[in-house]
Amino acid sequence: MFNKIREIHDAFDRKTLSSEELTHSYLSAIRSSQHNAYLTVCEEEALAQARAADLRIAKEGKVPRTTAPLLGIPLGIKDIFTIDGIRTTCASKMLDQYVPPYTATCVSRLESAGAVILGKTNMDEFAMGGSNENSAYGPVKHPTHSERVPGGSSGGSGTAVGAHLCVAALGTDTGGSIRLPASYCGIIGIKPTYGRVSRYGLVAFASSLDQAGPMTHSVEDAAILLDVMSGHDPLDSTSSFQPVTRCFEATQQQPNWSRLRIGVPKEYMIGGLAPDVESSIQASLKWFESQGAKLVPISLPHTQYSVAVYYIIAVSEASSNLARFDGVRFGTRPSHFQNDLLSFYKKVRSGFGPEVKRRIILGTFSLSAGYAEAYYQRACQVRRLIRQDFEQAFRDVDFIAGAVSPTTAFKLGEKSSDPLQMYLNDIFTIPANLAGLPAMSVPCGKDREGLPIGLHLIAPWFAEENLVGVASAFEKARG
Amino acid sequence: MHSEFEAVIGLEVHCQLSTQSKIFCGCSTRLYGLSAENEMMTDVSVNTNTCPVCAGHPGTLPVLNKKVVEYAIRAGLATHSTIQLKNVFARKNYFYPDLPKGYQISQYDQPICQNGWLIIDTQNGPKKIRIDRIHMEEDAGKNVHVSGFSLVNLNRAGVPLIEIVSAPDMRTPEEAGAYLRALYAIVTYLGICDGNLQEGNFRCDANVSVMPKGSTQLGTRAEIKNVNSFRFIEKAIEYEISRQIEVVKSGKKVVQETRMYDSSRNVTLSMRSKEEAHDYRYFPDPDLIPVKVDPAWIQEIQGTLPELPEQKKNRYMSELALSAEDAGVVTNSKRMATFFERTVAELVQAGADQRAVAKPAANWITGEVARLCNEENIDIDQVRISPKHIADIVLLTRNQVISSTGAKQAIAVAWKTGTPIEEIIEKEGLKQVSDLSALEPILQKVIADFPAQVAEFKAGKEKVLGFLVGQIMKQTGGKANPSLLQDLLKKKLI
Repeated sequence: MFNKIREIHDAFDRKTLSSEELTHSYLSAIRSSQHNAYLTVCEEEALAQARAADLRIAKEGKVPRTTAPLLGIPLGIKDIFTIDGIRTTCASKMLDQYVPPYTATCVSRLESAGAVILGKTNMDEFAMGGSNENSAYGPVKHPTHSERVPGGSSGGSGTAVGAHLCVAALGTDTGGSIRLPASYCGIIGIKPTYGRVSRYGLVAFASSLDQAGPMTHSVEDAAILLDVMSGHDPLDSTSSFQPVTRCFEATQQQPNWSRLRIGVPKEYMIGGLAPDVESSIQASLKWFESQGAKLVPISLPHTQYSVAVYYIIAVSEASSNLARFDGVRFGTRPSHFQNDLLSFYKKVRSGFGPEVKRRIILGTFSLSAGYAEAYYQRACQVRRLIRQDFEQAFRDVDFIAGAVSPTTAFKLGEKSSDPLQMYLNDIFTIPANLAGLPAMSVPCGKDREGLPIGLHLIAPWFAEENLVGVASAFEKARG
Repeated sequence: MHSEFEAVIGLEVHCQLSTQSKIFCGCSTRLYGLSAENEMMTDVSVNTNTCPVCAGHPGTLPVLNKKVVEYAIRAGLATHSTIQLKNVFARKNYFYPDLPKGYQISQYDQPICQNGWLIIDTQNGPKKIRIDRIHMEEDAGKNVHVSGFSLVNLNRAGVPLIEIVSAPDMRTPEEAGAYLRALYAIVTYLGICDGNLQEGNFRCDANVSVMPKGSTQLGTRAEIKNVNSFRFIEKAIEYEISRQIEVVKSGKKVVQETRMYDSSRNVTLSMRSKEEAHDYRYFPDPDLIPVKVDPAWIQEIQGTLPELPEQKKNRYMSELALSAEDAGVVTNSKRMATFFERTVAELVQAGADQRAVAKPAANWITGEVARLCNEENIDIDQVRISPKHIADIVLLTRNQVISSTGAKQAIAVAWKTGTPIEEIIEKEGLKQVSDLSALEPILQKVIADFPAQVAEFKAGKEKVLGFLVGQIMKQTGGKANPSLLQDLLKKKLI
């Protein structure tokens, strides 16, 4: 069992392991797994990619780590990314039969770097949810505690990494959907700066918030994946022109602790944190302090509005983004002929799951004439204030630290009857999406039941390199 | 006609831009082309000019075509609009099978051009019509209904459009028609629109309301959707005005609604009322960043604008001594103006004074040639007859080698065959008879045949002269020189 790309590549170099062998072992682990982490497994394609990787390694004598940093590495891809010729469902019955004719930019970048794609991982339907219980293909189980949720919406990816059903996985984060499952599953999850990674081929939930990122066992692996995926894409107008990240290099260096200032927002440490989570976060902060970093109490005064703002903006955009699933080109058609357009639409649109329907209705309402001013437009204004909170804070600090989630992984079914309770679970992760900031979850301990706890680090825009540098040092000392 | 009422008309024009590729992807905008088999213009095979982006595949994103922005700026500059240095694309949300994403990417509260105007000619002289805004948007696909099935062709989906929205500044159907013709001339002169009306390159919605004359309180308006002919829009508006006046007169209220025009019956019919109207839930498209326009780029585009209809018209009036009316008609279409300019160039080369020949040249082109073009529904740049033909016609009629009747016959032949005019005249024997000895016997015969008319003329009824000339023309098969005949007759009878 390998935890790091570097170790696998070392084994490839020593010829003690081939990518094909490794791929076979993951495929058989997936077959015997009860986690429901994958929706589609691409056995043949994966083995072909693995054999091609082995050929290349044989030809070059060893793994060309700079030109093909993911050569022969088996990955799981959240089923929200398109891959040419491979079914992409977004865990929705609406896309049960959808086979896209093109590949997402970030996936094709991973493939160009030599990656082997094992399959498509389970998720909450259209990434709407925080527990992975909203999948039309059944919930995903936590990697080590099968009665618990892995977190969502990238729960399939979280469990696939946590349960060793792939080396690393791709997730997306709209309000915490990478960081929350990373935290619950005890792995690394990075949500990059908005615009850092192309969204082309990422089926949109909320376009102004969605961002793809890696989910891995180590900060170093996350850095390798991010370096491969990042950089401008001419197919995505919102992708940044910032140069490709050099996160891997950053993980190999020690941070300059004495110059680091870590912001601790009072709004993130208020009551509601589970005691074990709180003590674990406090201990982590103390460790930073012991390294010479300065802890700075800060305030992000508009934090209390972030859940409300998020659930207006995200659902408004979603109501528009999901309109294309109308049964004409995309979306499952009714089996019986509908004699007028309205009953056709009614029939088709009833195919969404309850959470997706709820959000489409909320979003449609928020954008409606007479209400848009009070809801959507107002939310956009408050979003700017939340962003300004961070601009202000980052004048004084280099990072912001806190908990990813108030609790550890909860039990399947525990919160599914109360959507509001579920929404509040995102309270710490949402602000980074609203502001477009890079943020990540790093394991920082376990609670009394052995469930992982995630430390949440938020960095200024495009400061991923510093972020992974600090996280890597923390991981080495605390992991 | 309805003197106690006044109509208020505003027009929204959808103009298809003639860019090579679509507005948000690299697909071709070609909707029809020459078929390889029979060299006929046919539609491009359905759903071939499509890609994941314009077919609205999940996960795809739009990338703005810069040429579309350039064309919109050209339209803005030519209509004296303010170009917004920052403008924003918004989503217009509605469900319809020809709309693959379930929303149309358009512009809403921050369009690219605002506050423009243009001048139209009316019976009461020139009139300024304000243009509220010009915005960029994508076209939808096209539904095709065949025997119980509805099919969708997405070749048109993503073809770039600009929508040009006028202020409610027009008062009569004729003004609306004049505005449309002026706007059409501008976009075709700019080369940003192919201007093919049958293909829907330039289509119009009209907002019409009526109010008591002199009132400042606008009446409730009805919108007439999607009319793609200048003549039909005038007729549709005319009908709609009378309909609304009837409604008001009968004590009822005009309902705010969308109507369609049925050209076969010349009526407008209700499509949907305000209650059924869409709530488009516009919001800024998060997939596109705001469009930032560099002022230097605007300057650069300004420098490439061609001579526009209004400028051309003024130049024809001053340089070529054309009347405002003649200059207006000949500059209405860029193709016609080009044909006219080439004709004048031919004449100048032949040694003619351009100020003397421009008017007959313009009249032949806007008269006989335009008539034939309309009859066959063909553009003037696609006909066999050339500027050289018309230049010859002008010269030969001027030198009285042929009569105007002969000229028309010669044009008709040239239209079909493209044969040089001199050759046609020779072959068809169209040369005017100016030979006195040949005319003398006919003259004598007519005077003998119509003694009553001769007497009337002698008694001072000058008009009868025309009748007598006509009789001689008849006998010569139209070949006699009519002014020469007049002189001869006068000499003989007085």
